[in-house]
Amino acid sequence: MANVAIRDVRKSFGAVSIIKGVDVDIQDGEFVILVGPSGCGKSTLLRMIAGLEDITGGDIRIGSRIVNDVPPKDRDIAMVFQSYALYPHMTVAENMAFSLKLKGVSQAEQKKRVGDAAASLGLTPLLDRYPRQLSGGQRQRVAMGRAIVRDPQVFLFDEPLSNLDAKLRVQMRAEIKELHQRLKTTTIYVTHDQIEAMTMADKIVVMHDGIVEQIGAPLDLYDRPANRFVAGFIGSPAMNFLDGRLEEGGLVLPSGTVLPLDLRPSVPAGTKITLGIRPEHLQIAPAGTPGSIPATVSVIEPTGADTTLIVKAEGGNLTVVLRERCTLKAGEAVALRPVPQQAHLFDEQGKRIAFV
Amino acid sequence: MEGLSPEEWAAVRLSLKVAFVAMAASLLPGIAIAFLLERKRFWGRQALDVLVHLPLVLPPVAVGWFLLIGFGRRGTIGAFLAEQFGIVLSFRWTGAALACAIMGFPLLVRAIRLSIASVDRRLEDAAGTLGAHPAWVFLVVTLPLILPGIIAGMVLSFAKAMGEFGATITFVSNIPGETQTIPSAIYALTQVPGGEGGAMRLTLVSIAISVAALWLSEWLARRVGRRVLAP
Repeated sequence: MANVAIRDVRKSFGAVSIIKGVDVDIQDGEFVILVGPSGCGKSTLLRMIAGLEDITGGDIRIGSRIVNDVPPKDRDIAMVFQSYALYPHMTVAENMAFSLKLKGVSQAEQKKRVGDAAASLGLTPLLDRYPRQLSGGQRQRVAMGRAIVRDPQVFLFDEPLSNLDAKLRVQMRAEIKELHQRLKTTTIYVTHDQIEAMTMADKIVVMHDGIVEQIGAPLDLYDRPANRFVAGFIGSPAMNFLDGRLEEGGLVLPSGTVLPLDLRPSVPAGTKITLGIRPEHLQIAPAGTPGSIPATVSVIEPTGADTTLIVKAEGGNLTVVLRERCTLKAGEAVALRPVPQQAHLFDEQGKRIAFV
Repeated sequence: MEGLSPEEWAAVRLSLKVAFVAMAASLLPGIAIAFLLERKRFWGRQALDVLVHLPLVLPPVAVGWFLLIGFGRRGTIGAFLAEQFGIVLSFRWTGAALACAIMGFPLLVRAIRLSIASVDRRLEDAAGTLGAHPAWVFLVVTLPLILPGIIAGMVLSFAKAMGEFGATITFVSNIPGETQTIPSAIYALTQVPGGEGGAMRLTLVSIAISVAALWLSEWLARRVGRRVLAP
């Protein structure tokens, strides 16, 4: 096990800059998730940690060693790929024993370690099969088994669940988390799925356009997003945004509606700001309630546990999540009241505005 | 129809020997050059690509003529080989094998190159992250995956060698028992009165050999392909 330090790491392909100076500190045993929309550079960063891509600038340190020029085979890592990357000409057992064979481990020891890993992943009955004879979930487990058998300092996962169906994804999510709790190996995991990031990570690194937008514990990011990008990216359904102007009474929307704020923002009155409010923090009030946004119900999506409403209001559609069952009908006029304590404010550049 | 005459048998045996040696000798260089052309970016890569493919587009007689200039007794390389190692290629069966190897080389390289291009690079990446040295990755991962392409290339090279005529006859002539392969023997038989029977017999033999080679390669490729092709 080892800590990993990423210092001002940059990557360019020719004139195109993909990663523009990234700093991340990963503690020994931590489960860190790099998350962001496609093209944000998260997979490239992971491949740089693995040694599969050159580093244009900066340093990557695994343990006490700078590994910039260390080939992948000597970095003591194991990577699990989205495509699984299993060897089609080898059985499950041979795939899993791959790294041990390279190390010259005795046959008996290979058998024991592969057997142990297979047992922990429920792969024992499949050891003599070929990858083509396995389902997607089983292949994913074999890929994980192959990485576990290597017993590396750091596990690297590159979107490992993207090719699985929704149900299996939820199950494998829990299995990977459980595996990490058991092995306590430092893990760096890349995904574009913010739910995966929220549910699995000790620490999330949100990336966008080659830079780090915010680093923090899942609920910290959810409760105190550093900027509008993180606010919109983390959370599902996504946060609602309302543009307006800060005045004494609160936030004034373009139509003149005044939404009261509980605390005083640290910017002067008259500043243009954006109010961010999560769908579960919008309350439904009778139409015409003062301090609320007039709206019309557009779509009702009951999921059983809760109900998602899409409503038309000034400035576009807003999403509301209700925990209780809902008797509203499409086309009905309502008023929406943001819970003032739960409001997030962002300045024109999208940066979070603190309250005084 | 009567059986083959001793001369005809000699031509068949020689053709098989020449084709087999040509194929075997070009295999390793073929894999190496296919790998270089597909994976590496270096100065002169385009030129190498053109050079490898030249025999495909040049008249075979021209290739034979180049060989005669280069590898003949008085050619630069030929003289060197003869003096230093006592290897003489012109007008010998080894020269026929060289001519066939060169004519079949573009086909061999193309087939292998295509299969290298289709290898999922992530399989090789994964091997690297699991602790494998690049040479080991090539032997244990890449090579088994491109085996169907290698087999296809070998068959093409063998088939080309079985049918090679122009370069061979120009470089090593048509000496019965030494350089007279099936095509040159058929050609010789068609030039003399009453040779039709022999020409027909040899033609039938070449058809049989070609069918057998194709069948064998199909069978091998399917066996190997079943193992290495991911679903």
